[in-house]
Amino acid sequence: MTGTGIGASVKRVEDQRFLTGNGNYTDDINRPGQSHAWILRSPHAHATITSVDISKAEKADGVIAIFTGADMAADGVGGLPCGWHIHNKDGSPMLEPGHPPLAHEKVRHVGDQVAIVIAATHDAARDAAELIEVDYGVLPAVINMDAALAGGTLVHDDVPNNRCFDWEIGDKNAVEAAFAAADHVVSIDLVNNRLIPNAMEPRAAISEFDRSSGQYTLHTTTQNPHVIRLLMGAFVLQIPEHKLRIVAPDVGGGFGSKIFHYAEEAILTWAAAKVHQPIKWTAERSESFATDAHGRDHETHADLALDKSGKFLGLRVATKANVGAYLSTFGSSVPTYLYATLLAGVYTTPAIYAEVQTVFTNTVPVDAYRGAGRPECTYLLERLVTKAARQVGIDPVALRKMNMIQPDQYPYQTPVALMYDCGDSPATFESALKASDYAGFGARRAAAEKSGKLRGIGISTYVEACGIAPSAVAGALGARAGLYESAQVRVHPTGSVTVYTGTHSHGQGHETTFAQLVSESFGIPIDQIEISHGDTDQVQFGMGTYGSRSLAVGGPAILNACNKVIDKAKKIAAHIMEADVSDIEFADGKFTVAGTDKEMAFAEISLAAYVPHNYPIEEIEPGLDENAFYDPLNFSFPGGAHICEVEIDPETGDTEIISFTAVDDVGRVVNPMIVEGQVHGGLAQGVGQAMLEGCVYDDAGQLLTGSYMDYTMPRADNLPNFSVATQSVMGASNPLEVKGVGEVGAIGSPPAVINAILDALAPLGVDDISMPATSLKVWQAIQESSVRQAAE
Amino acid sequence: MYQFNYQKAGSADEAASAVTAAEDGRFLAGGMTLIPTLKQRLAQPSDLVDLAGISDLVGIEDGGDSITIKGMTRHVDVANSDLVKSKIPALASLADNIGDPQVRNRGTIGGSLANNDPAADYPAAVLGLNATVITNKREIAAEDYFDGMFTTVLEEGELITAVRFPIPAKAAYMKFPNPASRYALVGVMVAQTGGDTRVAVTGAGQDGVFRASEIESALSANWSADAAKAVKMSDDGLNADIHASAEYRAHLISVMASRAVTAAG
Repeated sequence: MTGTGIGASVKRVEDQRFLTGNGNYTDDINRPGQSHAWILRSPHAHATITSVDISKAEKADGVIAIFTGADMAADGVGGLPCGWHIHNKDGSPMLEPGHPPLAHEKVRHVGDQVAIVIAATHDAARDAAELIEVDYGVLPAVINMDAALAGGTLVHDDVPNNRCFDWEIGDKNAVEAAFAAADHVVSIDLVNNRLIPNAMEPRAAISEFDRSSGQYTLHTTTQNPHVIRLLMGAFVLQIPEHKLRIVAPDVGGGFGSKIFHYAEEAILTWAAAKVHQPIKWTAERSESFATDAHGRDHETHADLALDKSGKFLGLRVATKANVGAYLSTFGSSVPTYLYATLLAGVYTTPAIYAEVQTVFTNTVPVDAYRGAGRPECTYLLERLVTKAARQVGIDPVALRKMNMIQPDQYPYQTPVALMYDCGDSPATFESALKASDYAGFGARRAAAEKSGKLRGIGISTYVEACGIAPSAVAGALGARAGLYESAQVRVHPTGSVTVYTGTHSHGQGHETTFAQLVSESFGIPIDQIEISHGDTDQVQFGMGTYGSRSLAVGGPAILNACNKVIDKAKKIAAHIMEADVSDIEFADGKFTVAGTDKEMAFAEISLAAYVPHNYPIEEIEPGLDENAFYDPLNFSFPGGAHICEVEIDPETGDTEIISFTAVDDVGRVVNPMIVEGQVHGGLAQGVGQAMLEGCVYDDAGQLLTGSYMDYTMPRADNLPNFSVATQSVMGASNPLEVKGVGEVGAIGSPPAVINAILDALAPLGVDDISMPATSLKVWQAIQESSVRQAAE
Repeated sequence: MYQFNYQKAGSADEAASAVTAAEDGRFLAGGMTLIPTLKQRLAQPSDLVDLAGISDLVGIEDGGDSITIKGMTRHVDVANSDLVKSKIPALASLADNIGDPQVRNRGTIGGSLANNDPAADYPAAVLGLNATVITNKREIAAEDYFDGMFTTVLEEGELITAVRFPIPAKAAYMKFPNPASRYALVGVMVAQTGGDTRVAVTGAGQDGVFRASEIESALSANWSADAAKAVKMSDDGLNADIHASAEYRAHLISVMASRAVTAAG
């Protein structure tokens, strides 16, 4: 036993270099002859570009070149593509207006790219950018979704009413019938607040063009280098794969915001071939706020039909989703197939119908952010179910239990396309109720009351779909790419191993977790194993890391490649030990001949494979280096129960999370410590969304929350000591029996927090509060209730 | 940031003449506001005159019935000073809750007061404790020093060499932080000094720090938490932004004042 296999809390091997400042991030990289870029951005949310005068700027000290949207358009550069095609209710395709990397003729959000200045130094580029004279014809901005849908101001002239698409899912007639037969109808209107992702490392890129080979190289902060190669090469710049290398070195956090193909990547790559020298660009934090794709931003009305006993009969949902000024890479899929397909949640609701309109506004594009569609869905369901419990007069625990899918109902076909492969929501719910001492809450509330505090408890039970995805299913739903994963397992002559994975680690700890898979498979310690990712010239192929897919999709690819290695190694062992292959057994890193004391170590076989002096050369090739692609059978469906307890100071509205309990079903756990860390991080982001974070644009489209002075990131003192546990049904749709874990914390937690706050405020008659539930909003809700109560 | 000339002064006088001689000179104290402003290209001084090397400007002195804190004394040194902790614990505690450890290890009392951020903590201490701002040219009473947000009566080439705080009989500072910046959404210093009751409010006023005279009257008549809480502050002249309405700030002034009274004893 190596002690570093599946199930061991191995310390993260990558942390040594991260914590000692030895990481290799894009901005740490410098190329010979490198120049520096500054992107001139629009100060207006909506304006025509009448003219761009670069005559003064190009004469400034150190300037190498300046390019505008007109230059890229003249060169035939394409627009940034959207990766998922959605159809309207009537079957017509969604509207996909152009998204030029450098704005041409019109800017559509504050921060839209207008020109690139390339100079000898960063300061020279920035100084020169201030000399560019752009003549803008300022247009009214449209920020609010209702205003956008009313028409009038159009973000894109060819998109009437600013509606990208009007999509539906589910059986509308069945839902209407359910409502007609209902004893109770519970309705809710919700906003899922817009969030600004904040990876520790801002986006950055360095582009290069090699004149002798015609090869382009782009180092960039991406979660999926091969996807960028595909999107930028095929759709934007027409560079074939063999002439385009994308490298994502160490990347300091992504949370989804680094999935997408961003304009700067295309601008820099294109410009490198113009100036014939490397170009480096690193976003300032202000640019990150204003130009990284934002998350969430839904407005939803939903109705739940229940029978007399509280059984859910039907669910009807109408959502407006903001996609911002342009369709980002997954901007169309997040509010549709990653959202409405989960509306069954953990419940047996037999009839569900949802319609989603996506809306263009003069704001930065909105796309996937940790959870991507599933937090929006979970928030809707768990707020609605909690409201139903109160309205119908049934205990919220009992109402959930009586509607939950039971373990013997799996595989469970939902009315909204997904088929849950396995799960046990009642079990995780029961454990969370116990761990949180739910039964003892009344006493704690009474004690809080004595000290003048309002105490509340809130529940969220959830399921999510991740491990994106079976390619055939995704393709049928409109994905424009496959969503398998690949791995190459290269055993070196002395028995050490390098694994090339198409996923990408930007904080998740793959270098440890994936090494544990190989350690388990080969019976060798993880210090003999290197995990390599991020360079399209090294890694055969891959779709990258998002949607909690790395272990669930990338892991089985590694496992399958390991199994191919073992199969071949057994043949070598059989030859050398003069036995039949069927008699070769492999365990704990040793090949043995059944019923004898003959054995060979893993490294002896690898050496034999590369020094094939005594080798079955007529039967197999030398070497020990195997490739595997894996396409999953289904999504993976993690789930669980989150219970939050808060105390509110009614004088100030200050709300403190006293305890937070999470019991999550994440399938087989490879590294319990990393899983716990992932859940903690997700919970922090969920609490951030619920209580702290909210992106605000003013009516003119200026970003009011453009820095940490105004955008509240969660800090350690905003969070309690989380009580987290895993309780798993082993994953049914992949050979590792794993599920995703990266997003569960952010998906399950926001409604638990808000339900707790509303529970605390319920005695005052407060029945709604929007996220982020800041002290201000809590205080206002209390004031309004006291005013109302005084009036009554 | 834009290019500028960097000068390091050896004394307060040298610093003052360097700033006066420069085309558009600025003193650099801890730099906790000025440096981020420069990095964002929101200011373009011709010269920065660094005060960091002037040893005369650092230190805390016991004046018997007062404490004098030199202008370049860092927040962390005020927070950790045994003298301040024993004589004016409210001031030590205020300094200990400014910004974060990095800010407290760089930021200075003189820099903070010269900047007069409307949500900074020190202005509430100076006005609430009735301190005197001492510059290289004169002594300025707290009452006369502040002149609207980010504005003071300091003249060109005038720099804060020290601040003299009389020892209060009772004092406490309560801050309700802005959730994002952690500056004061509302910060209230209450103090009784030589029979005088003062309540100074930072974070809330459109013109920066001010005295809440309604609460001062209430507390002069009845020094109690309930008396402070019972005052309903007007929201006239208070800030409203995405973090707090004027009404919320008005309410928080009474609540923070009341809690400060409790803490002051």
